[in-house]
Amino acid sequence: MIYWQLFLSFLQIGMFSFGGGYAALPLIQGQVVTGHQWLTQSEFTDLITISQMTPGPIAVNSATFVGTRLAGFGGAAAATLGCILPSCVLVTLLAWLYLRYRKLSLLQGVLDTLRPAVVAMIAAAGVSIMITAFWQDGRIALQTIKPDSILIFIAAVYLLKKKNMNPILVMTASGVAKLAVQGALLLLG
Amino acid sequence: MRETWKRIFKIFVSTLYLSAFTFGGGYVIVTLMKKKFVDQYHWIDENEMLDLVAIAQSAPGAIAVNGAIVVGYKLAGLLGTLAAILGTIIPPFVIISVISFFYSAFASNFIVKTVLDGMQSGVAAVIAAVVYDMGSGIVAGKNKLSLTIMAAAFLAVSVFEVNVVYVVIVCILLGAVRTLVKMRRERA
Repeated sequence: MIYWQLFLSFLQIGMFSFGGGYAALPLIQGQVVTGHQWLTQSEFTDLITISQMTPGPIAVNSATFVGTRLAGFGGAAAATLGCILPSCVLVTLLAWLYLRYRKLSLLQGVLDTLRPAVVAMIAAAGVSIMITAFWQDGRIALQTIKPDSILIFIAAVYLLKKKNMNPILVMTASGVAKLAVQGALLLLG
Repeated sequence: MRETWKRIFKIFVSTLYLSAFTFGGGYVIVTLMKKKFVDQYHWIDENEMLDLVAIAQSAPGAIAVNGAIVVGYKLAGLLGTLAAILGTIIPPFVIISVISFFYSAFASNFIVKTVLDGMQSGVAAVIAAVVYDMGSGIVAGKNKLSLTIMAAAFLAVSVFEVNVVYVVIVCILLGAVRTLVKMRRERA
């Protein structure tokens, strides 16, 4: 049955994709393209593009996309459920352990050591987003630089830090500003 | 009782809103959650938030979903988890279901492409601002080991493209050894 197959496939994706984001891509490809051949390679590439353009984690987006195309709403629900089920169980368990035992000095010491690394990993994610934001196709070179995006970034940091503006408003305004600049350039020539 | 339901409802609405507007992957939603639940509602303190992010990273699955689960659980137990998961899943579920019917037209549209391109700059700015806040907290602590870990972890992930799971595992081991040595010394 297709619902069950979708559920099982995405259960494996949810269970074995450590590290988030693109770490899940080869697993999804293995299940969906090479394994079950539910999507062709070019459909899979489209899926990645759409995932980058829409909110939501790539694994959940893939589950919904593949599920909908194969078996409509029910398929999407089965695949999404499979994909998040391992997280639900494991993360809840870890959260419970954390809240219960965090007063222990051993766990305290471990968490103290872990915190700076977490900040660093968020920073690393920020840097890779900057690279795709500031350079065409993410290739770092003088010719591919996008000056308007850099100016928007500076303005956005100013609004966030100095004016304490709502981050989602800042993100939306950045998109609109880019459209205004590119639209004007297109009209002018 | 009434308070609990109010809080659960607030968790649902917050995660729904964050999930609907968060482009660019798990760390973006985690930074926004920090802004919402730490800076705005004061339901979680900053160090606790970093611990929750570490938990979200060390389990398999999407960081956005894991982050929602752990924050929901911390704020309101299993019901909080459920509210946070639903809030996080509904926006991408609805958007992708709709888009899957006309995806090639969507992906090649000039306006859509340009707006999303510009939003990347905004997303980068949000992350930069949060990293600045959190990083200056650690720099102000003046602990040499913490600073070294921060620099080393950044290089490992950013330059050497090490999977974050390994970074988490190494830090856990390092932290355990460091604490055990310290405890033994105090006892002696």
